[in-house]
Amino acid sequence: MLGPLDYAIMALTFLAELYVVVCLCVSKSRFRYLALNVFMLFAAGVTVGGVLALKHFGVTSQAYGYFYYYTDALLTIALFFVVMSFYQQVFQQMGVGKYVRLASIMLLSATAIFSYLVVRKMPTHHLTNRFVVEMSQNLYFVGVVLTYLLWGAVVKLRETRTRLIQLVLALGIFFSSEAASYALRNLFPSLEANILKWIPPIANTFLPLAWAYTFTKVPEDARLETARVTRRAPAPAGIAAHQHS
Amino acid sequence: MIAALICVVSIAALLQFFISYSRSIIAAYRKATLSDQVREVAGISGDVLHGEQFGRLLQLVRLCPQKGDDQGDLSVVQSYYRLLGVFKALGRALSPALSRWAEHERVDCVYFAAVALDRRIAYSRALLAQQMSPQ
Repeated sequence: MLGPLDYAIMALTFLAELYVVVCLCVSKSRFRYLALNVFMLFAAGVTVGGVLALKHFGVTSQAYGYFYYYTDALLTIALFFVVMSFYQQVFQQMGVGKYVRLASIMLLSATAIFSYLVVRKMPTHHLTNRFVVEMSQNLYFVGVVLTYLLWGAVVKLRETRTRLIQLVLALGIFFSSEAASYALRNLFPSLEANILKWIPPIANTFLPLAWAYTFTKVPEDARLETARVTRRAPAPAGIAAHQHS
Repeated sequence: MIAALICVVSIAALLQFFISYSRSIIAAYRKATLSDQVREVAGISGDVLHGEQFGRLLQLVRLCPQKGDDQGDLSVVQSYYRLLGVFKALGRALSPALSRWAEHERVDCVYFAAVALDRRIAYSRALLAQQMSPQ
């Protein structure tokens, strides 16, 4: 049985997703973030679908379970296209977008095959369900690796677009928290009921909220030195950082 | 084994992404210089900041009327400050370098809070001036 907090998180997620879609549709950079916008629209649709599936089948039903895990896997795959679009923006001037796309698709296929091989070895009657959980963990981890490499490229190429930096970092937080929660779930199944069940909905809410915040607050032409983000910057003018332990 | 590896790597990546995200927010505030007024209100004497001033500054920030554009930043930086508190405590037991780094970062959080306070005071004054001005 879901409580008011679950519904509040769902409503907040849906509103944030819709806000990002509307915000991008009315902005000048709607084509620059097309993949992100399509993903958000898809995610909003899945949130509504999730509520409908809940009402029809109930939270403990197998139908809702399948709906949740399969759409989650599909959304993660859709998010890969957003990562690819960020890669294209970062490598825009180097003309290597084609290779980035190819590498991402190969990595995705390898993850799917690897997950299937791992699950096939396990003696279980719920192969499909188990496969989806294992697949989600691996997909999120591929997302962590891809985002980490992207962040490395952002730092190395001294990318200064604040919007892009914050979008990538929010994505990194999302992927790594999801991957960690799925991995912890595999390691300690008993933790799922109390603690780990909250991480995916919170992460699902954080991503659209963080992106909505970035699109609202950070103008397209805002610039930020990546050195200020990756290592400690000198103290601001007129201020000395007092050191004491 | 694979799940354990994924778990460790993901938590390490999560920490790094969160630290960088928080720093990207703080960096935007570092461009601003503190007014004499906020130094006086916040009790910042001279040019030296202490990591412990963050809580007091945050209380002052919450007393000011909200402009509505810094609430998200404040939440993120507050979480970051708490995380740094954990790092500082861990550093005391494990590594003085970690403790020093955490304190440096906490000072940045204090500067962020001071700038946020400065902006809110300026906003309050503007509001007051607007109300006082003859229609």
